[in-house]
Amino acid sequence: MKVSIKENIIMNTETQTLKKTKTTKTENISGAEAVIKCLLAEGVDLLYGYPGGAIMPVYDELFKYQDKLHHVLTRHEQGATHAAQGYARVTGKVGVAIATSGPGATNLVTGIADAQIDSTPLVCITGQVSSHLLGSDAFQETDIIGISTPVTKWNYQITEASEIPEIMAKAFYIARSGRPGPVLIDITKDAQFDTFDFQYKKCTSVRSYKAVPEVNMEVLNAAADAINAAKKPMIVFGQGVILGKAEEEFKTFIEKTGIPSAWTILGLSALATDHPLNVGMVGMHGNYGPNRLTNECDVLIAIGMRFDDRVTGNLDSYAKQAKIIHFEIDPAEVDKNVKTEIAVLGDVKETLAKILPNVDQNTYPEWRQEFKDHMQIEFEKVIKNDLHPEKEGLTMAEVINEINNTTKGDAIIVSDVGQHQMIACRYAKFNQSKSNVTSGGLGTMGFALPAAIGAKMGKPDREVIAIIGDGSYQMTIQELGTIFQTKVPVKIVVLNNEFLGMVRQWQQLFFDKRYASTEMINPDFVMIAKGYHMEAECVSKREDLAKAVQRMIASKDAYFLEVRVEKEDNVFPMIPSGASVSDIRLS
Amino acid sequence: MEENQKFTISIYTENNIGILNRLSAIFLKRHINIESMTVSQSEIDQVHRFTFVVIISETQARKILGQLEKQIEVIKAYYHRENEIIYQESALFKISTEHLYDEQIQEKLKFRRAHIVTITENYFVIEASGLKEEIDRMYDKLKPYGLLQFVRSGRIAISRPRMAISDLLQEIN
Repeated sequence: MKVSIKENIIMNTETQTLKKTKTTKTENISGAEAVIKCLLAEGVDLLYGYPGGAIMPVYDELFKYQDKLHHVLTRHEQGATHAAQGYARVTGKVGVAIATSGPGATNLVTGIADAQIDSTPLVCITGQVSSHLLGSDAFQETDIIGISTPVTKWNYQITEASEIPEIMAKAFYIARSGRPGPVLIDITKDAQFDTFDFQYKKCTSVRSYKAVPEVNMEVLNAAADAINAAKKPMIVFGQGVILGKAEEEFKTFIEKTGIPSAWTILGLSALATDHPLNVGMVGMHGNYGPNRLTNECDVLIAIGMRFDDRVTGNLDSYAKQAKIIHFEIDPAEVDKNVKTEIAVLGDVKETLAKILPNVDQNTYPEWRQEFKDHMQIEFEKVIKNDLHPEKEGLTMAEVINEINNTTKGDAIIVSDVGQHQMIACRYAKFNQSKSNVTSGGLGTMGFALPAAIGAKMGKPDREVIAIIGDGSYQMTIQELGTIFQTKVPVKIVVLNNEFLGMVRQWQQLFFDKRYASTEMINPDFVMIAKGYHMEAECVSKREDLAKAVQRMIASKDAYFLEVRVEKEDNVFPMIPSGASVSDIRLS
Repeated sequence: MEENQKFTISIYTENNIGILNRLSAIFLKRHINIESMTVSQSEIDQVHRFTFVVIISETQARKILGQLEKQIEVIKAYYHRENEIIYQESALFKISTEHLYDEQIQEKLKFRRAHIVTITENYFVIEASGLKEEIDRMYDKLKPYGLLQFVRSGRIAISRPRMAISDLLQEIN
């Protein structure tokens, strides 16, 4: 099988570690030590996890190799997967999480499912009871292979030490190649103890797996013709641009063609916020213009996105007038939700570069004006009130805006799930790619705090700010312990409206204000943060906000800022569930 | 609404533990019942062949094929309509030996692709192969004799159009 361009790049930029360990000599070592050597050979220097009985031999080796491989003890295995995800999302590298068998393994599952639906490269390693005990309902035995099958790109149970090098190499190759995803490797305890002659060879292909489809030039030419013939073309781009490391190719392509470009929540930050062709977000709480104009464009060019239902609304009235061109690496995504006229399969880094000479230079001034006009309407009806409210209570958008004022768009923003997430994605400014980390597809509450830990460790030189709702925060609040122990200087902003805000919003709009189990009676968050010896404060007045945000950013250490916001604010615009993108509501 | 029809889905995979789980999960996730399933080694060494029968729309079949082929250890998957394949099931009927010389049973065996595979003092076993409907009819006819046991296989199928699986394997090897 041919090796993709992307793989070549990955292979060419191998770390020093690989060169050092790449040897034809064999050495007799334990399976547990082999696991460590495989991780080092793959360039891993950081992993997240939680020890336990069935993974103890590997932890014993981690102890011996701690100068080369830094293990971060999270406070729950779910935190380990989310931290590994945060790390992977900001670095583009494979995140690694490790846990014991049974409950350790099952606790990884939420993070794995999140990584699967958001195409995040992860390798998760779980210990398993000894092979002679498999199926005996031994202590902490669970069928993690069976459990994780539907939410992994690949998984495998190792029962013999000698399998370790080949399987680990395959795991990393599969996790990061093509459309990335999570891989789980379950290793029985006896395979960790047994010794064998270790030799590592990097995996560059798997015969039954084609990571990247070959580019069809005829299709590419047809796409170029359709783009050149368009009068009102529009681009919707997703995370494929980021995963394909194609930000430059994408920018060059849109700047030449002059096509207004909207993003999905996972595509956010691939194109700078202030780029003149950036017309905002599509989807349920996206911007008014790109949603409405989806149903008025003549050619819709989808780039590295998958037409999620939160993006499309009702499919029967989604872009029916438009010719749809889909740039996509995963053939299973083509025609899955939206029927496309032209499917340009391949890595977008390659397809966008190849199509560039064939597309015409253009500017579409009148068509682009329509986006600006829509933005003006949205500003008057929504944004103005979000950013400069006349009421007393603080809005979430004011907080995000204050963060923008302080960080100037240079921070990595890690958001959780709910109203604060939508507000963060709508208002946060980004100057560079891989700066927006959020749980998109799975909508995993509790994602942000541990993901921010991973993001800060992956990009220690950048400001990392977690934006979290009071509900989400309490799902993984124990990771404050990880922050305290590792002293990782993440900034935590909890937007506290004392509600599970997004559910409450739906209850208000669609369930006659029956607020079933959405009100939160919260603890003293500042005191909790202080219990972990973290600098912490709470603001509830507009005049205190800017200074508080500045103090937080100025701090060299981890910092906790709680902002009491208006309790019953709603996020608009909104496409009600099942409605058309044209029926997006401004109030 | 697009109408559902019977599709035979043939999947060539690596011969590894857990693949059945991975494939069946794809049907489970979409709330699709598997009508029949046969798995065994294919004509190619180390390559297994799964044959699923499902009742779904063609759009669903196409999407499921995409999901199946996306699995790392799936080499190639195909779906076929009923008229695009030659297919068979086989069945075993265990009947008390007292009916062995019953003329009617002899008659029934004569006209069908069925034969007696074993005879003991107490019972004899008839093997039959054919379409599902043919086996159903055979079952109805033999039932009055008091079937001691009855078992039928899943469908096996060969496509009329070429499945270029050997070429594909050669290419990727």
